[in-house]
Formats: sequence, structure tokens, C-alpha cells
Amino acid sequence: MPEVTYLEAIRQALFEEMERDPSVFCLGEDIGAYGGAFKVTEGLQARFGEGRVIDTPISEAAIVGAAAGAAHMGMRPVCEMQFIDFISCAYDMLTNYVATARYRAMLPCPMVVRGPSGGYVRGGPFHSQNPEAAFLHTPGLKIVYPATASDAKGLLKAAIRDDDCVLFFEHKYLYRRIKETLPATDHVVPIGKARLAREGRDLSIITYAATVWKALEAAEQLEREDGLSIEVLDLRSLLPMDDDAIVATVRKTNRVLIVHEDTRTGGIAGEITARINERAFEWLDAPVLRVTAADVPLPYAPPLEDFVLPQTADIVRAARQLARY
Amino acid sequence: MGTRAGGSSNGGRRRNGGTTTAAQPAAGAAMRAPDRTDTARDAQSGLSRAQRLELYYYMRLTRSLEERLVNLYRQTKVVGGLFRSLGQEADAVGSAYALDRSKGDILSPLIRNLGSMLVQGARPAEILRQYMAKGDSPTRGRELNIHYGDLVRGFIGQISHLGDMVPVMAGVTLSFKMRGQDRVGLVYVGDGATSTGAFHEGLNFAAVQRCPLVVVVENNGYAYSTPVAKQTAAAQFLDKAAGYGIAGERADGNDVLATYQVTKRAVDRARAGGGVTLIELLTYRRKGHAEHDNQSYVPPGEIEHWERENDPLDRYSRALLASGDVDSQELAAIDARAQQEIDAAAADAEAAPMPVGPDALVGVYADPPAAEMLWFRSGVTSAVAVHERPAGWGTHDA
Ligand SMILES: Cc1ncc(C[n+]2csc(CCOP(=O)(O)OP(=O)(O)O)c2C)c(N)n1
Ligand SMILES: [Mg+2]
Repeated sequence: MPEVTYLEAIRQALFEEMERDPSVFCLGEDIGAYGGAFKVTEGLQARFGEGRVIDTPISEAAIVGAAAGAAHMGMRPVCEMQFIDFISCAYDMLTNYVATARYRAMLPCPMVVRGPSGGYVRGGPFHSQNPEAAFLHTPGLKIVYPATASDAKGLLKAAIRDDDCVLFFEHKYLYRRIKETLPATDHVVPIGKARLAREGRDLSIITYAATVWKALEAAEQLEREDGLSIEVLDLRSLLPMDDDAIVATVRKTNRVLIVHEDTRTGGIAGEITARINERAFEWLDAPVLRVTAADVPLPYAPPLEDFVLPQTADIVRAARQLARY
Repeated sequence: MGTRAGGSSNGGRRRNGGTTTAAQPAAGAAMRAPDRTDTARDAQSGLSRAQRLELYYYMRLTRSLEERLVNLYRQTKVVGGLFRSLGQEADAVGSAYALDRSKGDILSPLIRNLGSMLVQGARPAEILRQYMAKGDSPTRGRELNIHYGDLVRGFIGQISHLGDMVPVMAGVTLSFKMRGQDRVGLVYVGDGATSTGAFHEGLNFAAVQRCPLVVVVENNGYAYSTPVAKQTAAAQFLDKAAGYGIAGERADGNDVLATYQVTKRAVDRARAGGGVTLIELLTYRRKGHAEHDNQSYVPPGEIEHWERENDPLDRYSRALLASGDVDSQELAAIDARAQQEIDAAAADAEAAPMPVGPDALVGVYADPPAAEMLWFRSGVTSAVAVHERPAGWGTHDA
């Protein structure tokens, strides 16, 4: 089996799910003949036709709202945001309409909203965002954010089959940078389960998406230079969150560093910290620390972006401090 | 309000301040011997010879500046993407030229309206610094390409989210109305951006309030890969004006004088209290969405057709020469002047420093120290000095 990129893994999932279930369809800007801004949907329209791979006007609220309506009627729409930054234009639809539909009106919304997310690409403030925290606070939505090609494929399949709305964040820095041989079988990764990316004894790094790779890099360096054994937990599902996996790693290493690319205040690290306090406080030997982006809009110039976003060296420095505590 | 010398050699440049001779019969103009004085007015547009040459200068400056940016992009000196307005220079320049900077008119450009910013006094050195993400660029490396503004010179920087500038400009022009100011605003949107909720809400609000606002819909045939037919079921964008209860006009966006005239009418209407006008300008996007886009979705021959038959600079230089009061040496001299300005600006911009990391942390709020230093970066000092705005960059009332 050839190795497959993170991007290709997403494309495969779309293909296979559309093949498997005629109620699955895609809608978004430039996703048809053009294959999407990043070519994630390339070949999809040629295979499934304009009726199931729909080029929309530049109308994110309509994309999401129409998906909800179709989902009520038994379809399984997959919406593409050209960049996830534009999901803000559909915030009302998602948080008010979609998220409440089942609870308030017993209306199912089996739909996916996916799109290229994240920074480290010199995209500036509007092509680099990580808006997951803005939706974590909304009961009724699910959120996944894979770090590997295998999880990208398996989680997207799970998301499409899920009976609720799943926000599927794809890290554009990972699109073509990572590769993996995928299982040949119908590969579905359950939503709500974390993945142990590296086992360790001395300290746990809890993270997700692109910073999983930075954490792994840091872990290797810390082992080499400091003899520290670092565990890396890749959450991959943010809502629901795998509390059991979090508690298990805390019990094992007793020291936790949370790393995310999103800004700090109101970021998901705060939520994880609260859960640790509630369920595993007595297992901690040190305060939970976090390495995150600084609280600023993400700037464009390389030295500025590099400074604002968490880097491997930051994780190493923070982990050393935590190990010494 | 500051009157910044735009760097063009047309010292006391600017606008015919409302005087117009557009009522003169065109036939009369043809029979007169060519008048080569700079004040000689064109019967159709009402623009003086000097002004018509100035239009040419801004169109040429736009094109040459973008060509330089392409070179820099290929040398990987541009950070991020590069967006061209090749073939659309007339619509941006002609429409912006209809504003009156001496009155404090303000526009908000989109990605293909570099020309409109140059008309308002943006300088090539700023544009180049922005694209290269330099530390002394207008946004200090925080924002990209032409996403910057200067309220004094009269342009407000866009954000990427399409349509958002329409409600913002509704508010800008609402403030003109509230304060009884004799000022007009102009906002550009692409054919694609008309599909956003923000476009609709902003336009409707401005219409209801009868704000002094001109909305230019730049119909260049495509939104990224999406043709207009997939963007709207309306036969023309002009038809939308009726639905909002506002005036609407449509013009050839590749004819700079036609673009100027149609916008001038809308600006005059807005200034006279006539409210919002929607103008549809017909043009064509000859390059891809950005430099990376290979335009595989464009029917064969279409781009070449527009290049051959409907290049706005070719058309305008031919018209100027045919008018008999401009000769080709004059145009060549303007080309050379634009090129020299760009050469000098590029040298400056290339030599300019990149920002330094800690500069990223200041400027989020009015009362610094705004952003706290990251605890895991202790020992790194913040460069609070860059909190200041670039020289000459300010609010209108400051
Ligand atoms: C709300 C929103 N959705 C999607 C995008 C991504 N996007 C950037 S430019 C563009 C096409 C714009 O087309 P148009 O408005 O016609 O302007 P043109 O590029 O033709 O000048 C798209 C879809 C965006 N910037 N904003
Ligand atoms: Mg367009």
C-alpha cells in the first residue's frame, strides 16, 4: 500500500463515503471542477457529478443553513469552508440553529463542516485561524481536529456517519507534509477517543493538531538531552473530550503540559485544566502549565508569526521547568 | 486634513471640484483644433488634459507595480500570495478618481483595487513593503498585501472576509451624514462578494439611511474559479439596485473615462443627498485568483481575447492619441516616470528591515501594555516602541 498524505486521506474518506452512501453530498466554494482551494475535493465532481458536488456562491451562512435543512430531510451534507476562518460567517447558523436543532425540535442535523485551519503558513490574520474554542462552548456540536493522515481519514468517515453536526478541522500545514500507509479496510476512528502518540513516564504533553508534531519533536529532544521520558496525548476529538485518557496520563506522569496553537485566553487548555482539577487533582505533582499562541491576532510577517505561535523550543523550555518543579 | 503630495509630478493635482462641461456636444470637440494646454477640457468627461494624463499615469503605475511584484514573487521575496488586477486597472483608477480628496472622501478597496489606493495617495514603497512583510510597512508586518489603510489620505484597509467592508462603509458614510459633512464614501465588492450576507445587510442599511455611499460591483467574470452564472441568477448585478430602492448604473469598466463618468455621477448624487448608488463595472480578470492559480477552468481563448481586444491601457492610450492633444512621447515619459518611482521604491523596500518577534505583542488595545509576555519566553523583551502608528497615519479628526 502506498503512503498517503493527510490531504489525500481526507479526499479518500470523502470519496469512499460518497460511494457508500448516496445521501452524502458536498457543497462549498470552488469545490467542483476546480477541486477546492487546496484540491481536497479534486476529482469528486468528475466522479459524482454537479448534483452531488455543488459549487456555491460565496455564502457561508447559506452553505451551513442549507446543509442543515437537507440533513433534516435525510441527506448527509459535507460543507467546505474555503478557509476555516470564514466559518465565522456561519456562526449564527451553527450555534443557534444547528447546535440546538435536536434538543429544541428533535430535528437531526447529520452534517459535517470541514475546512483548512491553522497557521505556520504565513497566511496572516484571516487565513490561519484556529476557531475551535469558539465552538467548544456550544452544546450540540462535535469537534474533531486530527493530527495524522490515518486519523484524518478515520475521523472524517466517523463524522459523516455521525447523527449530529461535526466540525472537522484540517490543519493546512499538515496537508502535504505528513504521509502514512493507511489500513486497507473501511477505516473509522471513533469520535471522542484520544490517541497516545508517545508513551512516557515523567511528564505528559496534552495537545492536538499540528502541535502534536512539535510536542513529539520536543519529547525526543528532552529524552536525548535531559533523559526525560515524555508522554504525548493527541486528543484528536475536542468535543466530546476523552476525559478518561486525560486522567490516565495524569495518573501516570503526575505532570501536565498542555500545548495548543490557538490563543491562550479562553483557549481549550483552560477547559482541560479544569477537568484535571476535578478528576485528578490529587495525582498532580506540579501545576498544569500551558504553551499556546500569544493573545494577538495572528500576524503575517514570518518573524512575528514565529514569535506568536508555539514552537518546539517553547515546549522544551516549558517541559524542563515543569520537570524541575 | 493633510494634503499629501502623491508623488506624482502633478503638483496641485486634483479633481475638477464639481465643474463640468459634460453638456457640450461631442461633435463640437471633433471640429476644434487640438488644444494642448493642460487645462483643456475633454467634452465627454469634463476632465482637463492634465487630469486625463494623470489617469493614464495611475493605470500605468498600477500595472508596472504589479509587474515588479511578480518579479519579486518569483524571487520568493513576497511573503504569501500575490493578487493581480491585470486588465482591471481602468475600473479601479477611473472610479476612485471620481472622488474628491480635497473634501475628505474615503474609499475601501478590495484585493484588485490597488489602482484606487494609488489614486488616493498610497505609495509604491508602502505596497512593496506590505507584500514583503517588512517591519516598517504600514501594518508593521501584521497584515498582508494591500490590506492597509490611511484615513487621512482616504482609504480604509479591507479584511479578507468578503463583504465586510460594505457595512463598515455604511457606517463611515453614516458618520458623514450625522456630522453634516460634505463627504462621500465608495466601497468595492467583487461579483462573488455580492453573495455574502454582509453585502446585503450593509447595502440595505446604507440605502435605508440614504448614506452618501457609492457601491462599485466589479464584475470580472469570476470569483476564484466560480463564474458569475453560479454566483447569481440575476441577469446583471445592476438589477439588484432596484430591489434595494437605490439608483443603479452599469458601465464598461475597461474604459477609464466611462468608469470615471459613471462614478462621478454617483458621487455627485451622494453628495447632493441622493443616497446610495450601485454601479456595476464590467471587466475581466485576466490572471488567476492569485499567482498560484493556473486558470484551468477558463474556456480556451477567453483570456487571450480580452488581452487582445480589451486591454484598458491599450484602449486608453489609443484614445488619448486619437484625441490629438496627447502624443506618444508624453505617454512614454509617463511610463518611464512610473518605472523610476517603482525602481526607487523597490530598492528601499528590499533594504527595509523585517520586524522582530516581540513586536507582535503590542498594539492589540489602545492602552498598552496590551499583550502580556508569554511566560515561557521570559527574558525576551517587548518592543513597545512600535505601538505608535507610522508617521502620517492617523485618524481624520486627530
Ligand atoms: C466570506 C468569505 N468567504 C470566502 C472567501 C475566500 N475567497 C477569497 S477571494 C474569493 C473570490 C472573490 O471573488 P470576487 O468577489 O468576484 O472578487 P475577485 O477576486 O474576482 O476580484 C473567495 C471565495 C473570503 N475571502 N471571504
Ligand atoms: Mg470576481
